Amino acid sequence: MKQENVIEVEGLSKKFGDFKAVDAITFEVKRGEIFGFLGANGAGKTTAMKMLIGISTPTSGKASVADFDVYTHAEDIKKNIGYMSQKFALYDDLSVKENITFFGGIYGLSRAQIKDKTAQLIEELGLQEVANQLVGSLPLGWKQKISFSVALLHDPKIVFLDEPTGGVDPITRRQFWEMIYKTANNGTTIFVTTHYMDEAEYCDRVSIMVNGKIEALDTPERLKKQFSVTNMNDVFLKLARG
Amino acid sequence: MKRFIGFIKKEFYHIFRDRRSLFILFGMPIAQILLFGFAITNEINNVDIAILDNSKDATTQEIINRISSSKYFSVQQYLERGADIESAFKKGKIKAVLNFEKDFSQKLIKEGSATVQIITDATDPNTANTISNYTSAILQKYQQELNKSITVAYQIVPQTRMVYNPELKSVFMFVPGVMTIILMLVSAMMTSISIAKEKELGTMEILLVSPLKPFLVIIGKVVPYIFLSVVNAVIIIVLSISIFKMPVQGSLFLLGAESVLFIITSLALGILISTVAATQQTAMMISLMGLMLPVILLSGFIFPISSMPVPLQLISNIIPAKWFIIILKAIMLKGVGITYIWKETLILLGMTIFFIGVSTKKYKIRLE
Repeated sequence: MKQENVIEVEGLSKKFGDFKAVDAITFEVKRGEIFGFLGANGAGKTTAMKMLIGISTPTSGKASVADFDVYTHAEDIKKNIGYMSQKFALYDDLSVKENITFFGGIYGLSRAQIKDKTAQLIEELGLQEVANQLVGSLPLGWKQKISFSVALLHDPKIVFLDEPTGGVDPITRRQFWEMIYKTANNGTTIFVTTHYMDEAEYCDRVSIMVNGKIEALDTPERLKKQFSVTNMNDVFLKLARG
Repeated sequence: MKRFIGFIKKEFYHIFRDRRSLFILFGMPIAQILLFGFAITNEINNVDIAILDNSKDATTQEIINRISSSKYFSVQQYLERGADIESAFKKGKIKAVLNFEKDFSQKLIKEGSATVQIITDATDPNTANTISNYTSAILQKYQQELNKSITVAYQIVPQTRMVYNPELKSVFMFVPGVMTIILMLVSAMMTSISIAKEKELGTMEILLVSPLKPFLVIIGKVVPYIFLSVVNAVIIIVLSISIFKMPVQGSLFLLGAESVLFIITSLALGILISTVAATQQTAMMISLMGLMLPVILLSGFIFPISSMPVPLQLISNIIPAKWFIIILKAIMLKGVGITYIWKETLILLGMTIFFIGVSTKKYKIRLE
């Protein structure tokens, strides 16, 4: 199988005044991979991700996403990626169907496509009963699934998930990861940030950011071996404590 | 374009599904215009007065007739002695007493002048002032007629004439102000709140990551409010014409065009507020404190700008509402065309461009 890179980053930096939020990071993400982007709060994860999804311009360095340059083709990048934020942002005062229609619409899907996608989504997620209910009345776990599905509506090449499992119970988290696996199996690349170290184990490869730099990048297995520990949590602690 | 229409549709869902915002949008204009029109008024109607006629001749009788036949006064009591005046006031019902001197008619004919004392209850100074003005006006009118019929030596009678609002109807003064407040509130407050809401919920982030251009996101949020504000302006004008018989002397088209200009000014302000406000509450506070108060206090809506201290007069110039109120009054009451208000229009236009420029700049910075 051909292993091509869908994200390539080289020496990417972002400075706010004298503060280097992201300090010359270099990595690449392969097609169909589940790439875990780990780090403590304030390590620079979110800033780095914002540069990749085209809503923040880097100070220096090179980066391309889905073969488009982040400096010159941010708009093309936006068409080819999906994004789900940690707030599972949907409109509470719109129904499930209306949310799907709206987000499909802003990604330029045709009416027929939206109709197909809506039917498919409702079927897959088992939402028949609540399709016409306002999203605000649904439990968090459902919002999370809908939010993820909405990010995939336009069949993006890469989907960015910003702490997608915050605030939900372990069972729902487990179910959510099953959705992620299924999506990755269909060839979509997953770029996911998380706090939960047990989730890091589910990723194909993980990078760990400390103070704006990537301090480790490998498969969870090799990282554990490298730091001679038994779980990712210890890897993280060793790195964070320096 | 199709994306854009979908966006606007969603915006209307937000508005129509939120009872609170619906109420602010449509309940408030109606409530405000009726409140200002009926309750808050500085005209007088059927004020109770008493009369102390020391002369009881044809002239005083004629004057009393005229006063009691005007709709402003109703004569409740005839007093017999000067000592009764105080007790009449103390009962609280009587707001004014007219005290005719003795031999009123004779003095007027022989000496060419006679005195009537107008005593008003100044516990409410505004009403007292209005009462004395109205009474003087009636007296003056009578005096004028006398001078016409009787050939007496030339007598100069001071004449005051009220122009544009000859009946001194306060509602004519308030309608432009209320319209300004409502348009400002709906446009600036509601848009800044709705943009802040997207930020608070995190949907703004999703929209910015989508291929929809940030500029279109903002326009999409603003367009429904332009539409609703125009509807509001129409409601206010229709109400004031039908209920308060407010005249619109000038062209309705010009009135509409100027209103749209002011709506856009307010929307630009709303966007500017939303670039600094991260939450709906902040947006509301800034709108209320930063927009409503100056509009009410410094725009000339309630307090005349000319009687403010100079520093405040200068500050009032930077308030868009001041210029819009001048424009509205000019079109509605004086019936002038654009040639008379181009300066005010240009000022509003300049402010709008300035606000849009600043918010575009701020918005870009926020994206970083």
